[in-house]
Amino acid sequence: MTTRGFKTVGTAVRRVDADDKLSGRAQFTGDLEVAGMAFCKLVTSPLPHARITRVDASRARALPGVYAVLTAAELVNMETHYGSDKKDRPVIAIDKVRFQGEPVAAVAAVDLAIAEAAVELVDVEYEELPTVTGIDEALDGAGEPVHDSNFCHEYGYEWGDVDAAFRECDRVFEDTFEFPMVYHYAMEPHTCIASYEPDRIRLWTSAQHPFLVQAEIARLFGRQLDQVQVVVPYVGGGYGSKSYTKIEPLVTALSREAGRPVRLALSVDEAMRTVRRHAARGTIRTGVMNDGTIVARECTGYVDTGGYTDNGVRVTERFGDRMPGPYSLANVRVKTYGLFTNSTPAGSYRSIGGPQAIWVCESQIDVIAHALGMDPFEFRVKNLVREGEEVRRGRRPIEGDLEYALRRVADEFGWDSWTPGPTPPGVKRGIGFACGVTNSGASPTSTSLVRFHADGSATVYIGSAEMGQGSRSVMAQIAAEEMRIPYEKVRVVASDTTAVPWDRSTGSSRSTTLMGLAVHDAAVDIRTQVLDLAAEHFEAFPEEIEAEDGRASFKGETVAFAALVRNMFGGSGGELMGRGYVTPKHPSGKLRQDPVFWEVSIGAAEVEVDTATGEVRLLRYYSISDPGKAINPKQVEGQDEGAAMQAIGHTLFEEMLYEDGQLLNPNLVDYRVPVFTDLPHEFETVLIESGNGPGPYGAKGVGEGGIVCVAPATANAVFNATGVRISTLPLTPERVWRALHEAGQA
Amino acid sequence: MAEAQDTLAVAFELNGVPVEASVEPQTPLIDLLRERFGLTGTKRSCDVQVCGACTVLLDGAPVSSCTVPAFEVRGRAVLTVEGFAADESASPLIEAFVNNAAFQCGFCTPGMLLAAKSLLDADPAPSEDVIKDYMRGNVCRCTGYKKIVEAVHEASEAGR
Repeated sequence: MTTRGFKTVGTAVRRVDADDKLSGRAQFTGDLEVAGMAFCKLVTSPLPHARITRVDASRARALPGVYAVLTAAELVNMETHYGSDKKDRPVIAIDKVRFQGEPVAAVAAVDLAIAEAAVELVDVEYEELPTVTGIDEALDGAGEPVHDSNFCHEYGYEWGDVDAAFRECDRVFEDTFEFPMVYHYAMEPHTCIASYEPDRIRLWTSAQHPFLVQAEIARLFGRQLDQVQVVVPYVGGGYGSKSYTKIEPLVTALSREAGRPVRLALSVDEAMRTVRRHAARGTIRTGVMNDGTIVARECTGYVDTGGYTDNGVRVTERFGDRMPGPYSLANVRVKTYGLFTNSTPAGSYRSIGGPQAIWVCESQIDVIAHALGMDPFEFRVKNLVREGEEVRRGRRPIEGDLEYALRRVADEFGWDSWTPGPTPPGVKRGIGFACGVTNSGASPTSTSLVRFHADGSATVYIGSAEMGQGSRSVMAQIAAEEMRIPYEKVRVVASDTTAVPWDRSTGSSRSTTLMGLAVHDAAVDIRTQVLDLAAEHFEAFPEEIEAEDGRASFKGETVAFAALVRNMFGGSGGELMGRGYVTPKHPSGKLRQDPVFWEVSIGAAEVEVDTATGEVRLLRYYSISDPGKAINPKQVEGQDEGAAMQAIGHTLFEEMLYEDGQLLNPNLVDYRVPVFTDLPHEFETVLIESGNGPGPYGAKGVGEGGIVCVAPATANAVFNATGVRISTLPLTPERVWRALHEAGQA
Repeated sequence: MAEAQDTLAVAFELNGVPVEASVEPQTPLIDLLRERFGLTGTKRSCDVQVCGACTVLLDGAPVSSCTVPAFEVRGRAVLTVEGFAADESASPLIEAFVNNAAFQCGFCTPGMLLAAKSLLDADPAPSEDVIKDYMRGNVCRCTGYKKIVEAVHEASEAGR
C-alpha cells in the first residue's frame, strides 16, 4: 500500500451537532418531558453551619398538589452518603448543615408554583454553630470543626536533599500568593430528571461522567449496574462543574418517595451552592544561584474544599503536583492540604488545582528574575525542564521541546521587540509571561463500539458527554478515517449507559486522547474485518487491497464495503461490529505511565494599567496549544480561547465573596463573568503539533492548558508596567489601586 | 395553595403565525414560549437579564424573555430561534457560525443568533467594536467570544 494522506483528520469539518445547535432543536436535560413528571424545589439551609434540631414537613405534605417531601428521615433502605473519593456527602442533610444553601428538604409537586409554596411550609429548626470561613479559620481549628476535623486531605512528595540545597545556594526567596473561590457558570445550571421504578432507575442528567453517576446510584440504592440507566443529553457547559455525582442522588431519592419521575432544575443561585473552584494559598521557597540556576523549591499549599470533599482529594494532589512548575529541579519538597470550611463544596474546575498552582509558581518566578536582574523569559528558559526529563520523579517524562514552544510564543507575541509606546498620562503598559505543565488525562480507561451497517454507513458508540468540546465530531472523524469511509457516513451515539459501552469520564482533557484511541481501535477492527472480506472476495491477501471512500480495490477491480457485508450475511442486511478497549496495558505501550500526558500551557500578556483608577485592561494575550495532532484545528483553537477567556474572569474580576459563611454575590449581576467587550484586541492561539501524544495520530488533550497562565502572565505584566507586585487575585481596580497607592504609584 | 389567578388573553404573532394564549400576569414570556408552545430553543439561565440565553426578538428588537411579562407581547411579533432558523434568510449567519466554530455547548447559541440577526438587520456592516458592544448582553462561557465576532463579521456585508 502507498502512503496515505488523511481525508478528514486534521480538517475543520462541520460539527455533527451543528444543525441541532443552530436551529433550537438541540435538547438539553431541561428541555425533556417525561410522562408523569413532578417538579422539585429545594428547602435549603440559610445558615452556613448548624445542627438540625427539627424538620417538620407535615404542613408541606398536606398541601394539595404535593406528592412527597424528602428529608433525612426518608433515607432508609439505602446508602446515605456519596462522593468520588470520600463518601462524606449525605443525599440530603443529616443532623447538620455545613454550608449555606445545603439542601435540607426537597419537595416534589404537580408544578413548580405548588413546589415553591410547599417549600415555605417545611419547618426547620437549627442550632447555630460557629462558622469556619476561609483557610486561616480552618487551620486555627477554633469552634466546632466542619467534619471530625477541618482537614480533608494531606499530600506531599520530596526528592533530592532540599535542606542542604537551601544551605548551599546563593539566595533564597519566599513568597505567598492567594487564589480566590470562583464559579464555573456553566450556562445550563445542573438539571436532572430521575425515575425510580421497581425494576430499574432511569436518569436524564447534565452529567460529565455518566458511568460514574450510574455506579454511584447503583451503590446508593442497592441496584445492579444494568438496572440503572443514565442518559446525558447535550450538556450546556461543564468545565468540571458537572463531574462526578451532584444532584442525582437527591432527585432519585425524591422520585422514590414520590412514586413518579421528578425533575430538578437548579437556578444559578443554587448552582453556585453546588460546586465551585477551590480557593488556594501557596507559599514557595526557592533557592537560586547568582547565575540564575534554581537549585531547590519547597512548596506549601492549602486549598479550601468547602463543606464536603467532592473532588478535594485530587485537587489537593494536583495543586501539589503542579506547583513546582515546568523546571528542572534537583531538590523539591511539596506539602499540600485540603481544608473544610463552611462554604459551597469545591470540586473539579477546568485543570484542577492548575491555575492556582501556576499562579503561585509563575508569580514567584518573576519576583526572582527581577531580583536577579534577569529577563523573566530568559530566566524561565534557563531553568526549563528538557525533553525526555522527568519533571516529577518517577512519572512520565516531558514529551516535547518546551523551549521551542516558549520561543514560538515569545516570537509571535514580539517579546524581544516590545516597547510600551506612547500612553496617556497616568496610563502604564507592560508585558508578562508564564508557563506551566499539568498532568492530565485522568485514568487511561475507555471503551468504544462501532457498528458498520449494510449500506456503508456506521454508528459509533461513546461514553463521552458532549458539553461543547466537540467530542462527537472528533470521534466521527477518527472513525471515518480508520474505516476509510466519508465523515458524513458516520453517526455518533453518546452518553447513554444502556446503549454505549463504558467510559470513565469526560474531563481532564482526556476524550480525544483516550476515547479517541478506543474509537480508533474499534474502527481499525472494522477495517480489518472488511479487508478480510475483501481478500476473500478478490482471492488476495488483505495487505494487497486498497481501501478508500467505502470501497475496496484490487488490480483495477472495486467492490463496496457495503456489498461485502451484505454478501457475508447472504442477503440484504447484516452488519459488522468493531470494538476498542483502552486500558493502561494498551498495545501501543503509551499508557503505562502516569500521567497520560503533560499538557503544556504558555501565556504572554500585554496590559494597560490606569494608575488613577487601578483598572487593568488586557490588550493582547497569546496562548499556546499543543494537541499533538489537531484532529479538528478550529475546535482546538476554540478550546484554548474559551479556557483563556474563563481565566480572564478569575484574573480580573471573578470571585465568590463570603462573609460569615454567607455568599454575598450569588447571581450574575454581582458575580460578573467576561462579556464580549472583555475580549482583548489580540487574542491568539499559537498552534503547534508536536505529534508526541499517546492518542491517535500522536494526539493529546488541550481543553485545560489555556486557563492556566492568564493570571500570572497578567499580574507579571502589571508588575512590568508599574513595579508593583500583586499577590492576590482577582486584580480588581480597587485592589490594584490600593497596591499602587501603598507603593506610592497611584 | 396559590390562589386562583386572573388570566389574561394574549394574541400575538409567533414566528410569523398568529397565536393566542391565556397567561397569568406574572408569567414571563420564556415560560409561555417553552411550556405553552414547546419552543425549548429559548434557554433559561441567569434569570436576571444578564446572560442573554433567553433572548428573543420582539418586533425585531432583542429582549430577555425571562423578564418580559408574557402579556406584553399582545399584538406584537415574537421571533424565537426556531422561527429564525426555519427562514432561508438565516442561512448566511448560521453557516458563518459553523465555519468559524462560533458555538460549542450551544446553550447560548439561540440567543446569540438572534442578537446577531438584530444587529445585522440594523447595521449590515458593523465594525468589530460595534459587534462587541452590541452583543455584550449575550454571555458565552465556552468560546471566548473571538470566533463569534468573526462569525458575525463573516455574515455581514463587510465579510462577504
